[in-house]
Amino acid sequence: MPAHAAVTAEPIDAARLLGDSVSPDDGAALLFWGVVRNHNEGRPVSHLEYHAYAEMAERMMLRIGDEAVARFGVGDVRIVHRVGKLAIGEASVAIAVASPHRAEAYEASRYVIEELKKRVPVWKREGYVDGESEWVPGFAPGAETSGSPL
Amino acid sequence: MIVRSLFFAQYRDFAGADEIAVELPEAACVADLVQHLRAGGDGLSKLPAKPVVAVNMDYAPLATALRDGDEVAFIPPVAGG
Repeated sequence: MPAHAAVTAEPIDAARLLGDSVSPDDGAALLFWGVVRNHNEGRPVSHLEYHAYAEMAERMMLRIGDEAVARFGVGDVRIVHRVGKLAIGEASVAIAVASPHRAEAYEASRYVIEELKKRVPVWKREGYVDGESEWVPGFAPGAETSGSPL
Repeated sequence: MIVRSLFFAQYRDFAGADEIAVELPEAACVADLVQHLRAGGDGLSKLPAKPVVAVNMDYAPLATALRDGDEVAFIPPVAGG
């Protein structure tokens, strides 16, 4: 099954995402639930603000999901990324993987989150308890084909 | 030709806009666009000399030839998840 991907400003419905991923062939379904934590590198965080190049982000997430299906033979991969202002404990990203067997599902889930962090055009601005905010440093994607890393 | 330049995160802060239309000579490539933007004397002079870009939503090398109507996005280091 081709993967599914979406960028959304709405809270992610975990049960629905996971349920939609499962087909009668599957014996396992996994949910990766990435949440906003209240500290980063020792600094207390009050919230995160996510920005995306939404159309390209969806396209890249779809590609990564399809890669995971092809590489690990899982049944379905569904990826949702939030944008906008998120509070501590809210999910910023969710990845559902359904598979006939669990081992492949774990591998595919890990693959998707690692690749997403390297390639998908999403950024976050961290708001601190002291009122300041900063763009969170990230990865330079596609550096091998797009000039030098920054 | 005219290309659309899109800016995100830190680069959006440099540009002061989400999007700028740029007129370039025929046969220009991405590197020419970068040079043009960096030479404008505004916040975009802070763009890296070799930024990561996507042309029409795919990562592309700086030598990529541009065509009228192309969408060139300047992609600062990504931090999703």
